[in-house]
Amino acid sequence: MSLSAYVPIVWLLALAAAFGLFSVGIAPFVGPRRFNRAKLEAYECGIEPTPQPIGGGRFPVKFYLTAMLFIIFDIEIIFLYPWAVSFDMLGVFGFFEMVIFIITVAIAYAYVWRRGGLEWD
Amino acid sequence: MDKLKLPDMDYVALLPMLALFVAACLGVIIEALVPRRFRNIIQLVLSIVALAVAMFFVVKQSGEVVASKALTAGGAIMIDHAALFLQGALIVLGFVALLLFGERSLEFGGPFVAQAAVTVGSERDREQTGRELGSTETFPLALFSLSGMLLFVSANDLLTMFVALEVFSLPLYLLCALARRKRLLSQESALKYFLLGAYASAFFLFGVAMVYGFAKAVDFKAIHAEALLGEGNSLLLIIGLALLAIGLLFKVAAAPFHVWTPDVYQGAPTPVTAFMASCTKVAAFGGLLRVLYVGFDGLGWQFTPVLGAIAALTVLVGSILAVTQTDLKRLLAYSSVANAGYILIGVIAGQQLGLTSVLFYLVAYGFTVIAAFALISLVRDADGEATHLSRWAGLGARSPLYAGIFTFILLAFAGIPLTSGFIAKLSVFGAAIDGGQTWLVIIGVITSIILAFPYLRVVVMMWLSEPGESTPSVSIPGGLTSTALGIGTLATLVFGVVPGPLLDLAEKASSFVR
Amino acid sequence: MLSNLWLLFAIPAASATILLLSGKRALKWGPWLGVIAPAISFVLGLIMFFQLRDLNPRVTEQNLWSFIPVGDLQVSFGLMFDPLTAVFVLLITGVGSLIHLYAVGYMAHDERRVTFFGYFNLFITAMLLLVLGNNYVMLYLGWEGVGLASYLLISFWYTRPSAATAGKKAFIMNRVGDAGFILAIFLMFAYLNTVNYGQVFERVGSLSANTMLILGLLLLLGACGKSGQFPLQAWLPDAMEGPTPVSALIHAATMVTAGVYVIARSNPVFSANTTLQLIVVSVGTITLLLGCIIGCAKDDIKRVLAWSTVSQIGYMFLGVGLGGGAYALAIIHLLAHGFFKANMFLGAGSVMHGMKDQVDIRRFGALSKYMKITWLTFMMGWLAIIGIPPLSGYFTKEPIIAAAFERGDWTSWLFGWAALLGALLTAFYMTRLFVLTFHGPKRWTEGQHPHESPPVMWIPLVFLAIGSVVAGYLMHTSVVDWLNPVFAGVENVPEYEPVMPHWLISVLGVAFAVLGAGLAWAIFGRGTALEPEPAGVVVTAARNNLYTDAFNEVVFEKPGRWLTRALVYVDNKGVDGVVNGLAALVGGGSGRMRRLQTGFVRSYALSMLLGGVLVLGALLAVRLG
Repeated sequence: MSLSAYVPIVWLLALAAAFGLFSVGIAPFVGPRRFNRAKLEAYECGIEPTPQPIGGGRFPVKFYLTAMLFIIFDIEIIFLYPWAVSFDMLGVFGFFEMVIFIITVAIAYAYVWRRGGLEWD
Repeated sequence: MDKLKLPDMDYVALLPMLALFVAACLGVIIEALVPRRFRNIIQLVLSIVALAVAMFFVVKQSGEVVASKALTAGGAIMIDHAALFLQGALIVLGFVALLLFGERSLEFGGPFVAQAAVTVGSERDREQTGRELGSTETFPLALFSLSGMLLFVSANDLLTMFVALEVFSLPLYLLCALARRKRLLSQESALKYFLLGAYASAFFLFGVAMVYGFAKAVDFKAIHAEALLGEGNSLLLIIGLALLAIGLLFKVAAAPFHVWTPDVYQGAPTPVTAFMASCTKVAAFGGLLRVLYVGFDGLGWQFTPVLGAIAALTVLVGSILAVTQTDLKRLLAYSSVANAGYILIGVIAGQQLGLTSVLFYLVAYGFTVIAAFALISLVRDADGEATHLSRWAGLGARSPLYAGIFTFILLAFAGIPLTSGFIAKLSVFGAAIDGGQTWLVIIGVITSIILAFPYLRVVVMMWLSEPGESTPSVSIPGGLTSTALGIGTLATLVFGVVPGPLLDLAEKASSFVR
Repeated sequence: MLSNLWLLFAIPAASATILLLSGKRALKWGPWLGVIAPAISFVLGLIMFFQLRDLNPRVTEQNLWSFIPVGDLQVSFGLMFDPLTAVFVLLITGVGSLIHLYAVGYMAHDERRVTFFGYFNLFITAMLLLVLGNNYVMLYLGWEGVGLASYLLISFWYTRPSAATAGKKAFIMNRVGDAGFILAIFLMFAYLNTVNYGQVFERVGSLSANTMLILGLLLLLGACGKSGQFPLQAWLPDAMEGPTPVSALIHAATMVTAGVYVIARSNPVFSANTTLQLIVVSVGTITLLLGCIIGCAKDDIKRVLAWSTVSQIGYMFLGVGLGGGAYALAIIHLLAHGFFKANMFLGAGSVMHGMKDQVDIRRFGALSKYMKITWLTFMMGWLAIIGIPPLSGYFTKEPIIAAAFERGDWTSWLFGWAALLGALLTAFYMTRLFVLTFHGPKRWTEGQHPHESPPVMWIPLVFLAIGSVVAGYLMHTSVVDWLNPVFAGVENVPEYEPVMPHWLISVLGVAFAVLGAGLAWAIFGRGTALEPEPAGVVVTAARNNLYTDAFNEVVFEKPGRWLTRALVYVDNKGVDGVVNGLAALVGGGSGRMRRLQTGFVRSYALSMLLGGVLVLGALLAVRLG
């Protein structure tokens, strides 16, 4: 395999970098400078920034749990899409493989549910 | 678009792994549905049944290996003699280690914490230390890990190998954090293991990518063929091999990738340490053997000197650092590092003789190390296990039986005749001399002598010191720990006195199918 | 049955394990278990014996498992059953069972009798291993096993200092012989690349004469140690400190004949070198005379028997040293000796049992009236050992004497007459023993009430007495023929005519025996003094074991001590200095390296990264360089 296929990507990279550098470089010279309180605050998805949590940045472990659950189902969906697309070709074998996969995920789900992982308090 | 070609699956060949996996899933369901007080016994029985089934199929297949049919699961898994031997060894050692997992008579609730997420030192934590039954998720976790190990030693391509590596590593990280006592140490060890493990996995994966860049394939046969052909960018191959080796050498705890070992062995719950020291070592060496012997066979003259240097460094570091250790678990951790070095010497020896000696060493060492940790779990005081060396002074007077067994085990580690340790070292060194690696044998013997010092110091402390105020008592072990201890000790003795059958078995198993 | 040879030693081994583990719990049934185990082995041995008879060729081998597989050294846990092994198995288990049975009575009041039977069965196990092995390492395994059992049993009453010392003495003197034996095994492996009997004998012809001589001498040293032959004979009489059944089984009937077994088994080695044979013959002759002379001067009933054992084994060594047809003669003398010597030892035990453990023959006398059975059985043993026809000794000792006259040169006269002289002396001291014990006036100490022993003790005596009477006649042709295949390789030695006619040797032998016996009867028939009297140089020397112990002390013990002191000095100053220095170096290095183990993941990761870079660099260097 020759590396020439990557040449356009390298170009794109160079262009992007150049654009970024150019934008940052030109802004101080051409932009207006008017400050207010809101402008000095950290950017947080357009909502009010939360204060620093008590105890030096600790989050309850529940956040991680929720995130993990999200990732598990996320991955399940990533598997399901290509399988659905080529379902005809995979036939019965593919069907049962996917059933088994879903069962294993369901087992984990049952575990989390029964052990109270889905309750916030 | 063409019809997809379905992979050929030999389900019987996969049954050992499937049995463990299914049992682990059942274990998770049990965790969800069964009341807490019944879980331990159910999980234990389930695990043992699963291991028995897996062992049955391993034994059954071992008589029916045909080179042309060994490859299965779409070329991802190779069930050859070596794989079956390693799988059998893993199952047996896993069984003995799992007995330690289930022990509940040494302290209330077993060796594991009830709720690992509870903040250490809080009111809730103090409450659960003394009064709550330990978590039994450890059983499915260990089974998941074991099934990953089984896959790891039979993986036929680098990607399957990587997946297996993760499957068996992730549960281990978790298990490390579950100690009932000294929880901070336990959590610290888990985090360290996880971070460094992830780091090593990254090396491994990068290596896979490099090798793919060279060979346009990830299965060992193709890599071997491509390497023999000698076309393509061999720089990629060398870099790939080096990175793969780093990932694997991390798992076997070879210097300088051993740094996690003492901290993790010390912090992890003792049953988990026993499990890691025996099973992980078998799995990691199994994988290393397959990569080197099957995939990169043709590069022997290039990696042998480097691997030799690593082996020499490993035995030196392990033995010299063991000298000044004051904690028994750390001492055994360094001893395990040194033993990894000895096994590496066997790996480097090459040929069938080297392979045989490595397989024998892995099994022999596995049994002995489980017995050692089982015994450590017995010597306790009010705060749990008393692992500091000074606390063991005069133990011989308090409980001569257990001090005697521990002495025997230490002698086995030191390689004294009539123990399996002697035969194992002898066969490894013999193979190395045969393979022209005499310099490694010289270093091996010297470090064995150095290692004898810390071992014998423990023996001297136990027998020749007067028991002090602080000498803890030895708990009377329950049936499970006694069984594990008995099996480990007996195996150490039997393989030392009658090594023939196991050596024969290892010799028969010492052939990979490419 | 022949495919299960292991059962022979596995049964006593199992019994020994059970007995040693159960201790006091087995006080009631333990001794009987100890008797049954060798008895079962005996029955099995008989069955195997008859099966072996139908085999052609009469030998069977089996390798149980690979025992020491290291490189070129492949030693298997292999067993062999051939005619020679078969007769030994029957002797060991047959006589062994009888002595076990006797011991049930003899040890009935000992608190540690279960342990005793455990050790006894252990001995049987080891002895069977010794004769069943098919290679020298197996032989050595059994060899050390019997040595251990012997040590444990000699010092069985370890609270008595004399018993403890005797045990140590036996063990240490045996070590001297063992060292020779193991060196012989090393030599075999180094020069012949095998330790298997068959292969060793096949390849032994390729050795140079000197190597062969050294090999033979080393084996002989081992044999001398175990069999109490000159110059390693001193331990055997002291070994009588053990219980009497031990003396009968181990130090008369079986273990001490292991040396004869080794030489007979290694006959291709010994037959191949005439110098070697001459040395073996000389050792045998010196020992047999030494034993006789000392035996004449001793007053302890068991020591007299012990020296007579030394002397009789001397005859056997003479036999195996003569080579050719005399190998088989030595073996049948060994078997017959097993019967009559065990018989007499147990008889002596029975006498001691009735006489409150008195052992001084000056303090016996007139016991024939009180212990009829012991007297009669002992008489059979006495007549057998001095060689009165038609008892055993006549049929087995006479041929050896005759063979000694057949060496074909002037040495015939030397060894032949020495053997005859031995016969005369044997008759003298054995008669002395017999007369002083059972006849003549009572010379008892106060408060003796001699009585016959219980049936459990005299029944074995009767069996052994029957053996003493008939064994020689039964074996003198049949067993010789039976053993022929084992010694088949030595048939091509030249046959010499005896320097005297055969009938004359026989007549002389019997005449000497009668003469010696008559002489002794005349001197001691009317009793003897109660204490040893001052005597001439020869008798004093004999009482002091011909000063062999003193010789050992001056020549070996003293220089040994000086050497030890010198070595300790060198060790303390030189070796320890080096060792301590190295230890300090390692310790220091360890302390320094420990600091690298900081406990921080970041530094661990860094060291891994550095290691990775090094590995990569090294691989590239190898690749490019």
